[in-house]
Amino acid sequence: MLQLKQIHKVFNEGTPDEKMALQQMDLHLKPGDFMTVIGSNGAGKSTLMNIISGKMMPDLGEIIIDGKNVSAVKENKRSKLIGRVFQDPMAGTAPAMTIEENLAIAYTRTKSRGLQKGVSKNRKVIFQEKLEMLHLGLENRLHAKVGLLSGGERQALSLLMATFTEPKILLLDEHTAALDPSRAELITQLTKEIVEKYQLTTLMVTHNMQQAIDLGNRLIMMDKGQMIFQADEEAKQHLTVEKLLLEFQQIRGEKMNSDKAVLI
Amino acid sequence: MGTAIFGSIEAGAIYALMALGVYLSFRILDFPDLTVDGSFVTGGAVAAVLIVGGTDPFVATVAAMGAGFLAGCVTGLLHTKGKINPLLSGILMMIALYSINLRIMGKSNIPLLSEETVISKLTAFWQGLGIDQALTFFGFVPKTWGILILMLILAFIVKILIDWFLKTDLGLAIRATGNNETMIRSFSADTDTLKILGLGLANALVALSGSLIAQYNGFSDVGMGIGMIVIGLASVIIGEAIFGAKTIIRATLAVVGGAILYRIIVTLALRVEFLETGDMKLITALIVVFALILPKVLDKQRERQRKKKRMLQARKNEYDKRGENLASIKTDS
Ligand SMILES: Nc1ncnc2c1ncn2[C@@H]1O[C@H](COP(=O)(O)OP(=O)(O)OP(=O)(O)O)[C@@H](O)[C@H]1O
Ligand SMILES: [Mg+2]
Repeated sequence: MLQLKQIHKVFNEGTPDEKMALQQMDLHLKPGDFMTVIGSNGAGKSTLMNIISGKMMPDLGEIIIDGKNVSAVKENKRSKLIGRVFQDPMAGTAPAMTIEENLAIAYTRTKSRGLQKGVSKNRKVIFQEKLEMLHLGLENRLHAKVGLLSGGERQALSLLMATFTEPKILLLDEHTAALDPSRAELITQLTKEIVEKYQLTTLMVTHNMQQAIDLGNRLIMMDKGQMIFQADEEAKQHLTVEKLLLEFQQIRGEKMNSDKAVLI
Repeated sequence: MGTAIFGSIEAGAIYALMALGVYLSFRILDFPDLTVDGSFVTGGAVAAVLIVGGTDPFVATVAAMGAGFLAGCVTGLLHTKGKINPLLSGILMMIALYSINLRIMGKSNIPLLSEETVISKLTAFWQGLGIDQALTFFGFVPKTWGILILMLILAFIVKILIDWFLKTDLGLAIRATGNNETMIRSFSADTDTLKILGLGLANALVALSGSLIAQYNGFSDVGMGIGMIVIGLASVIIGEAIFGAKTIIRATLAVVGGAILYRIIVTLALRVEFLETGDMKLITALIVVFALILPKVLDKQRERQRKKKRMLQARKNEYDKRGENLASIKTDS
């Protein structure tokens, strides 16, 4: 479903600030694969996501989604195939617009937007039905401005908006990191439910190792722009946080020095 | 006095179209578009030249809108494809349009008084209806009610069209572009195209207003757009401050109301003995400053009053409680 071939990305090439953000990244996700991505700060995780989504173009390499080479396809066209939830709960929704209007925008992701009514009766029924999945009572607040929702509610809505049109690929970049623990737990739970329900091919970045182990069927660890460890479906079932840390130590010959690597 | 106010409502209804354009760029797209000063004149210039050349005034007015649309699109292109900052894109276009407008007109002023215009045609149409005679009981008799009523109707039709448009799929995407670009891009929208389209529509409305003002005043002048953007902003801000902007429907109504109110305020201000026509721009600036500051002051005052009330309530509760305590002590003893 998603294939990356020999992706390279260098920032500020030829200056003292030169930074190898991604080196020889190869990745292959089968339909329905749910891969979690861990790694210390600056490992290149967000860069990886940005390159898949088309926000950044790689210096070298190919991106293939659903059998099509999309390396040259622009971000806005590519996002017909890709759902994204950002770290910042404010980033995924339009605060001055109502819940139903936001959903209408998400609903038309794969359609061409013309002069038909954004929130029609038919669509409203669909929106209500989908919102019920969140168990937050948002289905009764269709006319509320999204700016009035709490961070957790907004992130749940973002997650729904990114997924309910069943994109080929779902990208989640630390989408629970800005929330308090109970809200984060809620969003994690919803993520699990939704990904399972629609069988979405998913790539999720997280700093929470336990979460990375609990969720999904595959796991990779990145460091300094490279994939340094990966666990397939079989191996992942036997992973623990201790094993992961040990793995890192053996490969890099040093302790994982990430402030954000949480050991819950 | 009556005639002056009447005239300011007439003009206000026509300027409301320009203010609605400014609302689209400033509020919906969040793009401080200074093209307005130029595109307003472009509207007047295109309409005037075509009318003098013998084109039907209605066709000329539509052509003026088209020219405004193009001007807005160019500003959009400068910003999105040329990566020039929004303010600068608008200023560059405004300056460029000054020369272009002169080229279109061929001279700095084109009189239209002896020409058949949209305004003269509408007046004739209206007088044919004989409604003016029926309205004499108002005591105050203007030349005709036609322009006032028809221009108000036009402003409302445009308002309703905007309300409708902003609720379509395309309109929602344009609103989201002004509200959260990251978000709308992740939902496969081409924000560059949406911005260009939005600015085109905004300036089409501005040019429509300019062409009608030229026909209403009986001339098109290359300087008639100076300060137009501030007038548009003043209308939007006054309108929102007085009528509110909770929903789109409310906000567009507020903009139309604000445009008319602005004209009335200026008319009244100019009747003050020591103020001259040349002071109008200063008055406009002051009105905008006032309208920007006033809502904040009012909010603060309301907040203060609420605090006071709460404090009084708290004190009263305390007092009541003490009373109860005293009473209970008394019954104890
Ligand atoms: N636009 C950019 N310009 C220059 N350097 C960049 C840019 N984006 C990222 N980098 C650099 O590339 C490296 C990888 O960054 P990236 O954001 O992918 O890390 P990350 O793994 O997501 O880290 P974190 O866990 O902190 O989010 C970092 O050293 C970063 O400073
Ligand atoms: Mg990151």
